[in-house]
Amino acid sequence: MFWASYLLATLAIILAWPAPVALSRARWPARAPFTALILWQSIALAGGLSMIGAMLVWGLEPLGDNLVSAAGGFWNVARNQAPAGTLGVVHVFALSAAFLLGAHLIFTLMLTYVRIRRQRRRHRDLLGLLSSPALGSPATLVINHPAPVAYCLPGGARSVTVLSDSLLDLLTREELDAVLTHERAHLHQRHHLLLWAFAAWRAALPWLPTSLLAQRAVNELIEMLADDEALKHVKESTLVRAIAIVASGSPPPASLEQCEPPATRSAPVTVSALTELEPGTASTLEATAQRLSRLLTPLPPLSVLQRNTVLGTSALLLTVPPILLVAPELLG
Amino acid sequence: MATLGDLERTVMELLWATPEALTANGLREAIAEAPFGEVGRELAVTTVLTVLSRLEKKGLVQRERNSRPHRYKSVTSREAHTAELMHEVLVTAPDREAVLARFIGSVSETEAQTLRKLLSGS
Repeated sequence: MFWASYLLATLAIILAWPAPVALSRARWPARAPFTALILWQSIALAGGLSMIGAMLVWGLEPLGDNLVSAAGGFWNVARNQAPAGTLGVVHVFALSAAFLLGAHLIFTLMLTYVRIRRQRRRHRDLLGLLSSPALGSPATLVINHPAPVAYCLPGGARSVTVLSDSLLDLLTREELDAVLTHERAHLHQRHHLLLWAFAAWRAALPWLPTSLLAQRAVNELIEMLADDEALKHVKESTLVRAIAIVASGSPPPASLEQCEPPATRSAPVTVSALTELEPGTASTLEATAQRLSRLLTPLPPLSVLQRNTVLGTSALLLTVPPILLVAPELLG
Repeated sequence: MATLGDLERTVMELLWATPEALTANGLREAIAEAPFGEVGRELAVTTVLTVLSRLEKKGLVQRERNSRPHRYKSVTSREAHTAELMHEVLVTAPDREAVLARFIGSVSETEAQTLRKLLSGS
């Protein structure tokens, strides 16, 4: 089962670098954000699994033909019923590395969860004191602030959408609807779970440049999904205006040539779910520009064949590493 | 019937509005006089103390330990708390010109024209 570990290692390397780089540069995700999100998740999951799996299989190589029989062999060694000499130092090293990496990933995931939860609780406490319900719904809060801001704070039944009073002043009724549907789509589609997982991945492997690429891509894709949801309720032009107003922090000028230097600085249209995202100004601008561009020049959605190809790739990514681990002979 | 949340709000509003620290009893009297309408006119001091200890646990109120009875004051101003909230949300602050310049620079002429038309409201 040597070759299985090499295959897994190759897969791990491809999924750690060339694949995410290529996907982050591709243009098609804007045409099928949901499908692209599935692919990003498959890449992350399969990448982690093959990274750990490669070391595990390599370390257990002397003990069995696949992970199941080798694990039995390892158990015998651990109980001193088989000679420990069958495992060399390199094997023990590989096994330790596999266990450490696995523990590290799971631990970081939990730690990120705890941190996000604490941050959200604090945020909710303060909101309770500083904001007031609006628009006849307890799930919509208004806070006094000069920057036009809209965001959502997930929390199950206590999820809320928060708007600043200055945003309410700037938007028309339809534009406000666009913003609200956009934010509620984030909540309904549980985007905060995705943000959590990818924030944890980034925190666990900060030295892996692609973990940043993935986090940014996922952040952009969920904005597109929320835009698509808003488009079911409002016209494209209304949504574009709403995005431009929130992104620019002021009502649109009569023409762009008359732009005054901005008096107030402001937020991107949404910063959802309060994760520890650190998008540089440039990347946020890029994302806003991409969203606007996508709305102004709608591209046709992917064809069924193209979409199925992507979904098939995702399915393969999720099945191949486990098969290589448990039953490599199926592929040989 | 006022909820604990309403009471917490009322107490914080009073503490934010008062520069010096207040005792629980002082707060109870202030609440009774304050123009907050239905929020508890006849509160027991123990209720006020419960609310204060909840607020203290949340890190919003601090107690002066060397005085009897204890005096309470807000940890920081209302504005500072709003700033804290918004700081989490406003991770970046692109200004209008930067957004539009970047956008105009990155899109086709037709897209830019469409945007101009939309923004001018025609």
